[in-house]
Amino acid sequence: MTAPLLVAAGLSVRFGGVRALDGFDVEIRTGELLGLIGPNGSGKTTFFNTVTGFVTPAGGKVMFAGEDITALAARHVARRGVARTFQRLRLLTELSVFDNLMLGQHLVLDHGVWTNLFARWRLRNQLRAQIEAARGVLSHFSATLPDRLFEPVAALTMIDRRRVEVCRALMRAPRLLLLDEPSAGMTPDETAELMGDLQNVKAARPDLAVILIEHDMGVIESAADRCVVLDYGRKIAEGDYATVTRDPAVRRAYLGEEAD
Amino acid sequence: MKPSSILPALLALALGAGATLGLLLAEQQWHVATLAIVAVAALFVGGRLGLGDRVYRNAEAHHRIVMPAAWTLAAFVIFALRGHDFELLMLCTTMLYVLAGLGLTVQFGYAGVVNFAAAAFVGVGAYTAAVTMTHTGMPHLLVVLASGVVAAIIGSVLLLPLLRTRGHYAALITIAFGILFRTFLEVNDTLGGPQGLKVPAFTLLGHDFNEAIVFADETEWSFYTGYALLILVVLGAAYTLVRRLERSWIGVGLDAVRLDETAASAFGLNAAAWKIAAFSIGNFLAGVAGALYAMLTAFIAPANFALGDSLILVSIVILGGLGNPLGLLPAALIVVVLPEKLQVIQEYRFLLFSALVIAILLLRPGGLIPRRARLWFPGGRP
Repeated sequence: MTAPLLVAAGLSVRFGGVRALDGFDVEIRTGELLGLIGPNGSGKTTFFNTVTGFVTPAGGKVMFAGEDITALAARHVARRGVARTFQRLRLLTELSVFDNLMLGQHLVLDHGVWTNLFARWRLRNQLRAQIEAARGVLSHFSATLPDRLFEPVAALTMIDRRRVEVCRALMRAPRLLLLDEPSAGMTPDETAELMGDLQNVKAARPDLAVILIEHDMGVIESAADRCVVLDYGRKIAEGDYATVTRDPAVRRAYLGEEAD
Repeated sequence: MKPSSILPALLALALGAGATLGLLLAEQQWHVATLAIVAVAALFVGGRLGLGDRVYRNAEAHHRIVMPAAWTLAAFVIFALRGHDFELLMLCTTMLYVLAGLGLTVQFGYAGVVNFAAAAFVGVGAYTAAVTMTHTGMPHLLVVLASGVVAAIIGSVLLLPLLRTRGHYAALITIAFGILFRTFLEVNDTLGGPQGLKVPAFTLLGHDFNEAIVFADETEWSFYTGYALLILVVLGAAYTLVRRLERSWIGVGLDAVRLDETAASAFGLNAAAWKIAAFSIGNFLAGVAGALYAMLTAFIAPANFALGDSLILVSIVILGGLGNPLGLLPAALIVVVLPEKLQVIQEYRFLLFSALVIAILLLRPGGLIPRRARLWFPGGRP
């Protein structure tokens, strides 16, 4: 078996006296879709923030493709091929769909003074290629969005914004995609549609690994290859959906049921 | 795309040039007041009726003709004023405010980096020009560029505290710098102290810009004509580059820094580097404006670069429409020329500006000519 793409070992994060993550271990392999579940405040988003370099852990380490990325700043983590979405969307709402997707392309765009200010014909050629690329990614998720490329994000519905955010994260063909609760603010049907589209993208990009934070257990059941359950910053269960949901500790913590 | 007539854009240009000329040449107080009220009313009503949008789209669709036409028309306005010293001086001052305002647009409007010390950077440029022109033989066009570079370098002193603070605190740091700069000038005897410095005339290819231009038939043009044309050329170059900056990959990066630094860094953007670049470009433009100002007025003193002047620059940028270079011209005309022309309000100019800025923020938060969505293909979609 190949080495895992991402390994978090003994990850601990403290906010004041609160242990947001407490010796958390997790691994994900290339091509896998891992569901990360747990009650509110169990440390899921903190885990994302730690991996992506927004939070520095108090202990433990994060290895990505064999490299220690624990201490790297967010922009350096992004450089290595990790992309993410945010639970509360972080789109640049006054800018167009295209401009938002171009933020996703930041690391591959040509920011040279010559191209941008003087050789405008070169910029125009790059622009055409990027429009093509943006339409390509959007078309996996919606039939209408590719034609609304130059509309401001503020004019889009919630589901279209979600789609744009996922597309922004997919623009630069990341190796690891972190999706922070994509179903928030959407109907179950919309969520199912979004996840179906994501599965299609994954099928087309066999290298892409995804970690999905989700509250909707139906989404996890249909989408995740494997689940990890967090509670109070610790991993309390791991395995496929059926195993995990049968686990007494999980039922106690996550589903609020008394184990019998 | 349906080819549309270029007429609306040219008409708007002519109106703009006419209003500028009228404002500068008006002598009766009530002429000025009427003109100002009509112009502002026209902007508001035009905005409500969507005329502004039409003119804008029209101008963009034909930008290859409209932009050269605009600069030609501006040159014509200068030509029309060739015999009027005072009016030309005011026009030059207005253009320099627009030039410095372009710098603030890059800093504040694009990257979201506040700068309440813009006048101090104009001052750095002015003093650099004065000193290098007096003590070295550097070609004067080069002096203008060097003054911009020095302003950008002095600005880097502020970078460390600026990058570590946000919002109000960053604003306070720039205000403190502005005050420190003026105090430094006032106590520094080498730089003339509170009395300031004399600045030699700008010379280009042997022509002394402080001499009136006399023709063979003894017609005479004001010496400000030369300065006005020089400033127009520099302003034209700066304006074009700032517009291009916005419509480029760099423009997207700058917007991302302003709107959401966290999201931007999640995609690999180095927010600090971008802020440094934007701050330096802005200060460079302010420094260039300062050098030209020093040559134009032949005399500079610390009082020219006070906190009040920085505030005027910020209010021009907000009044015109934050992030839209086009709005700088009407805003600068209102802030610079109107008080000169309306003696009645001269004493109350700060009151007027405050009232204006408050009114704009309440009634039209986007400014006189609000910024529009980035137009990647001015001639239509690809």
